[in-house]
Amino acid sequence: MIEVKNVTKSFEDKTVLFDVSATFYTGKTNLIIGQSGSGKTVLMKSLVGLLRPEKGEILFDGRDIINMTNKEIKDLRKEIGMLFQGSALFDSETVLGNVMFPLKMFTNMSIAEQRDRAMFCIERVNLKGAENKYPSEISGGMQKRAAIARAISLNPKYLFCDEPNSGLDPKTSILIDELLSDITHEYGITTVINTHDMNSVLGIGENIIFIYKGHREWVGNMKDIFATTSQALNDFVFATDLFQEVKEYILKNGFTAKGAARQAAQETKKQIKHL
Amino acid sequence: MALSRSIATFGKYCIFISRVFTVPDRWREFGRRTINEVTKLGVDSIPLVIIISLFIGAVIAIQMQLNIASPLIPAYSVGLATRDIVLLEFSNSILCLILAGKVGSNIASEIGTMRVTEQIDALDIMGVNSANYLVLPKIVAFVLFMPVLVVLCIGTSIFGGYMVAVVTDMITVSRFVYGLQALFQEWYVWYGIIKSFFFAFIIASVASFFGYYVKGGALEVGAASTKGVVTSSILILLFDVLLTKLLLQ
Repeated sequence: MIEVKNVTKSFEDKTVLFDVSATFYTGKTNLIIGQSGSGKTVLMKSLVGLLRPEKGEILFDGRDIINMTNKEIKDLRKEIGMLFQGSALFDSETVLGNVMFPLKMFTNMSIAEQRDRAMFCIERVNLKGAENKYPSEISGGMQKRAAIARAISLNPKYLFCDEPNSGLDPKTSILIDELLSDITHEYGITTVINTHDMNSVLGIGENIIFIYKGHREWVGNMKDIFATTSQALNDFVFATDLFQEVKEYILKNGFTAKGAARQAAQETKKQIKHL
Repeated sequence: MALSRSIATFGKYCIFISRVFTVPDRWREFGRRTINEVTKLGVDSIPLVIIISLFIGAVIAIQMQLNIASPLIPAYSVGLATRDIVLLEFSNSILCLILAGKVGSNIASEIGTMRVTEQIDALDIMGVNSANYLVLPKIVAFVLFMPVLVVLCIGTSIFGGYMVAVVTDMITVSRFVYGLQALFQEWYVWYGIIKSFFFAFIIASVASFFGYYVKGGALEVGAASTKGVVTSSILILLFDVLLTKLLLQ
């Protein structure tokens, strides 16, 4: 579990995060959502230690990353996997080389053991057959899957994903979402996903934190989101006509909160297919 | 303003270098990367060094013959002057200025692209010292391989001059060869090699520094590459003066 307590972060005279508090639960897909410029990327970078907030605490199962020494941060990072917006695969390595990289750097496994573990991760993300290809030779969706395989190769306790659906078509986005959700539940990882993809919000959002102008505006899950009274969240999530219609349809047909999100996501998928 | 910015940049460079020169996480990986960099930065530069040295050596010999042709100057002076120009300046300073363009831009653009595509962030988040992992093998490989390029440049340049004597009737071969051997000072070879160590370090570290701190996209990577080449060229010239004063006086 990761607890964020009263985190404030500024850049020179501009404050980007104001006293933000949130909890990211183990074995759940935790989503940070918000408009561009709302501060969600700053929050994500603060979580992984790339930025140091001026105030507050970020506790990884009780260990505060803000007050850690460099050595402690380095040790903690071995428990962290991260999926970047652009995949961030190493161009000079094949898919197999990329997935083996953390094993090579941080374990005492033999080459054969590293290869076996890497192949297991590659098969887990359905990339078997692409292990000897270079990142430039595979599609964006495959790159994302390779990056997920690399992120889980060391059995991380925490998985961070920055815009995992960025640049992907809707079908591939759903596949990536399902893969992240499955991995989270299968391995009991604390997964934190930074997104503004509404399919992800309604499809896998078990714990959603909505950041609005640097403040934590709303917390809930994909079921609660239909009943929100937050105008900012409504304007953000149901900004398009399509999602507005989905919401109205669900509310009009009297769905209970339970299952409404799943229904909405399925309806959305159907509508997207027709587009 | 420009002075304070330069001091700040120098301070940032020193911090960067202190991060680069730490003990590698994995020696085996460091060794593998260093060998790769020797191939990429050193061995791949050999064709360029040979072509440039051959022609410049020939041009130096021709120009020496045309400019110092006088009954008062011995004919073997052409060989002697060609050899000393190559040993003292061309095989180290001028060669490194040329390599600053090829190798420096290669290093800056490679590391800069890794920065803007978040590959360096990925290394940092994994807990890898990205500066050490990426830059140290480049510096070590280039510094270690530079004497090979210098010696190759010396040999090829002198061969270029020799070919002028063989192919043309501007100077006889025997007089040119006599000139090459006359008044030879071994220290000049060491002087060139010592200078090249400094220049190789400047090229690899300065280009890496500008690439490592790129912010933005393709445009900024290009700008960083240019900055890396220009700055390392200026530093090479500056150190050329200092080292010449220190080593030859």
